[in-house]
Amino acid sequence: MSPALLAVQILNGLDLGFILFLVASGLTLVFGVMDFINLAHGVQYMLGAYFAAALIAWSGSFWLGLVLGAAASLAMGLVLEWTVFRHLARAGHLEQVLATFALILIFTDGVSMIFGAGALSINLPPSLAQSVSFANGFSYPLWRLLVIAAGLAVALALWLLIARTRLGMLVRAGSTHPHMVQALGVDIDRLFLLVFAFGAMLAGFAGTMAGALTGVEPTMGDSVLILAFVVIVVGGVGSVRGALIAALLIGLVDTLGRAFATDIMSLFLSRSSAASAGPALASMLIYVLMALVLAVRPSGLFASGD
Amino acid sequence: MRTKHRLGISCVALMAATVAAKADPVRIGLMATLSGPASVLGTQVRNGFMLGVKELGGKLGGQPTTITIVDDQFKPDVAVARVKDLLQRDHVDIVTGIVFSNILMAVEKPVLSAGKLLISANAGPSPLAGAACSPLYFSTSFQNDTVHMAMADYANAEGIKKVVLIMPNYQAGKDAAAGFKHDFKGKIVDEIYTPLGQMDFSSELTKVASEKPDAIYTFMPGGMGVALVKQYHQSALVGKVKLLSGDTVDETSLPGIQDAALGTISASHWAPNMDNPQNKVFVASYEKAYGAPPSFYAAQGYDAAKLIDGALRKTGGKVDIEALRRAMDGVPFKSVRGAFKFNNNGFPIENFYQVSIVKRPDGKFVTKAGPKVMTMAKDIYSGACKLPPR
Amino acid sequence: MLLHRLTDFARREPTTALLAPVFIIALFAGQVLGVSAPATLLARAAIFAIAALSLSFILGQGGMVSLGHAAPMGLGAYVTLSLSMLGFKDLLGVMACAFIVGALFSALTGLIALRTRGVYFIMITLAFAQMAYYAMSSLSVFGGTDGIALPLRSTLFGWPLLRSDSATALLALGLLAALFWGLSRVTRSRFGMALRASHLNEARFTALGFEPLPYRLMAYSFAGGISALAGVLLANLTDYIAPSFLDWHRSGELIVMVVLGGVARPFGAILGAFALIYLESLLGGLTQYWNLALGLILLAIVLARGRFERTARIAP
Repeated sequence: MSPALLAVQILNGLDLGFILFLVASGLTLVFGVMDFINLAHGVQYMLGAYFAAALIAWSGSFWLGLVLGAAASLAMGLVLEWTVFRHLARAGHLEQVLATFALILIFTDGVSMIFGAGALSINLPPSLAQSVSFANGFSYPLWRLLVIAAGLAVALALWLLIARTRLGMLVRAGSTHPHMVQALGVDIDRLFLLVFAFGAMLAGFAGTMAGALTGVEPTMGDSVLILAFVVIVVGGVGSVRGALIAALLIGLVDTLGRAFATDIMSLFLSRSSAASAGPALASMLIYVLMALVLAVRPSGLFASGD
Repeated sequence: MRTKHRLGISCVALMAATVAAKADPVRIGLMATLSGPASVLGTQVRNGFMLGVKELGGKLGGQPTTITIVDDQFKPDVAVARVKDLLQRDHVDIVTGIVFSNILMAVEKPVLSAGKLLISANAGPSPLAGAACSPLYFSTSFQNDTVHMAMADYANAEGIKKVVLIMPNYQAGKDAAAGFKHDFKGKIVDEIYTPLGQMDFSSELTKVASEKPDAIYTFMPGGMGVALVKQYHQSALVGKVKLLSGDTVDETSLPGIQDAALGTISASHWAPNMDNPQNKVFVASYEKAYGAPPSFYAAQGYDAAKLIDGALRKTGGKVDIEALRRAMDGVPFKSVRGAFKFNNNGFPIENFYQVSIVKRPDGKFVTKAGPKVMTMAKDIYSGACKLPPR
Repeated sequence: MLLHRLTDFARREPTTALLAPVFIIALFAGQVLGVSAPATLLARAAIFAIAALSLSFILGQGGMVSLGHAAPMGLGAYVTLSLSMLGFKDLLGVMACAFIVGALFSALTGLIALRTRGVYFIMITLAFAQMAYYAMSSLSVFGGTDGIALPLRSTLFGWPLLRSDSATALLALGLLAALFWGLSRVTRSRFGMALRASHLNEARFTALGFEPLPYRLMAYSFAGGISALAGVLLANLTDYIAPSFLDWHRSGELIVMVVLGGVARPFGAILGAFALIYLESLLGGLTQYWNLALGLILLAIVLARGRFERTARIAP
């Protein structure tokens, strides 16, 4: 294996990692601040991609559609908070699980009723749908580099927002001492509304970034949801820093596992059994990682409220 | 005509026909994958079948007909539960549809052991083509391997020497690899298997770039195909490594792939441009009914309806399994793919064509059949089936 | 008197009172409309009720929300498959083996998982279930991702008891009833009280000199064993075993069954399981978008009963 190949595979891992971070950051905040288990977060990822696909096609402009799509995700977040989530904020976790599971069913089927079950396309402008070449003969898709850049930018913005603003202070305080914050006269419901809608927008944005690579389809949020939960649990619920580190870790482990598991397995097994067992074991890796982390640190890598 | 499936274009017509139904109806169960990521395929099979039924005025063989549609959810145990619903609750005589091979392998036993007819409108697993074949089993599609053998013939003819296979890690993916390898004369540089449902192929495409083959050969039905072809198109492999595929780039995935699909080559037994009168009727009325061009999945569903109709006309409307079976052996209908015969194992003997992608003036993408690559091809397993020729 | 009892019941158990009439009417309507319940569906519902009941025991009594309860169930099915492939098919033997495998799987994973609480417990149980799922997917002898047909159904002392689905349904219902009775006994026993106490006030429980882990681990392993028994019956009903038996969606469905029926009530899990299985069959026959309809029903139930009751809140 050449160093250049390994470098490109690491880029692939970071790419997946930043997508996961965009989804997980909102999820971990909603969970951390409001102690709310939102299974419908994957639906917001999917809806964001559909909004962008529809609005790009409607406006004829990629960038305009991208911005409008993010705005639509934000609006959808507000509507959902108003109609459903608000009423569950004080119910138990299990009621939240049941209700947001119901939302998954409703939106997944609703979207396939309106747009069809097949995949839609987010068409990149030709200037973005190409590869950048490196000196050693390897090249990398430009859009994937942009995903990494966008992830870094969001991480930085979130850090500034949480560490340097009054709103961020409330979020930090809310994630560790919600009752105290409320007792001090902060409207915690409004704080939740803001955090929730912002998280929905980030998830929708992530869906758009990923949808341009994979196509947009009704069930695209399902697998991302589980991965995002793995991320926030490994990182520590409520910790954005934990979510970032865990997302990158999971992205790298998953990608490198897929890249090299079959080759490594074929050192021990016959080629055909390695070809069959390799992919299954590669998929297992992130769960092994999560179990190991929780076995050593039962509350994730970072305690909440960093 | 009565249907328990109230959605879809044909419902009003079907409901109106309900009143007319008096005699004991022909009962048909249609099972397809109608939820989850693969539901786009099942929806096409169902649409094609129901279009065929609608064209016949809701009466297959001129008889009052009941069609019950069920969703297998792409889970074998759910499929068995639903197929038993069909057999025990709805008392169906014929089970048809079925998109995926493992679903077919799960429901084959309950249907065939109950002595009912099983007509696959897509799945074509190798065991049912070989030793486990049954006289009650028919297919209006193709055996899994065959289309990939056709693509290997094409690759040979194009002078392609080194190929990397990228396949989903399940039976049909392995059948695809086996079919391609059976006919391919060059070297298989690497075989990459990915988990079913994987959407990010960055790692695999990077590996391919380092292996520098002449072409990739892949079989990725549904959304996986959309993801792979789009990501291939954004990578630096374009122009260096060809993308050859079977059952990957078709009318179910083209709305998601769009321009990135132009230039990809695959093989198929059917495309919307097949030049025969019954196909022209089918394609036009499908587009009119569903607002999108049909895929081969829909064509197979449509043929299944026509096969049942033809057999019922031969038996004079009598629902006698043995008589129906014998009538079906004689291919009592005109397939939208043109030439069509049943092999001893119930799989079709049919032509395969090289298929390219065309963007129509209205902006929609369709497949277009070109030169014939296999003439009246039989699958390689029929020798292991002990049944006499049909 | 009866009326008084009924209203009293409705006040204590609003979910049961809401769901039971709906369920009975649906069953009756099904018969009238000609979509009568075949034995297979009844058996399927009873089998899922067994698994859901065992989950509801650890969830309601011990606060252990496992998102991996389909794993022991699936392993039970794979035990049935592997023994059948070896030519061993006696039901009692198969069930004993499956119980041991399911309980052992839960005990080993529980040793690690029970160190965590709240959502961490949910996710670590998911992690172990996913490992089992991918392990089964990688075994080509069991058909890999596609699964494989069960060669022979289990027999009881050589008698093909499970040949008909009606017999399987009766057996599953019998097992369900026995389990229901047994679990309500356990719940009232010293062990049950200790288990509840360990969950409701762990600090006080520990201060009284008890060690929570053995109680929790024993309950968790027992539930895994029971779930595996459900897996044996499901394998015999389906004649086909695939990794989708251990899928996390399946684990999620089990949680939905328990929560739908109402946590901490054994009868709730049974009601939830029957409601979900029958709704799936009924709605699936009505529309392709049955998931949408099911989602709307579930959401309506949650929002409606939010006013009546509050389920046990698990601290993160």
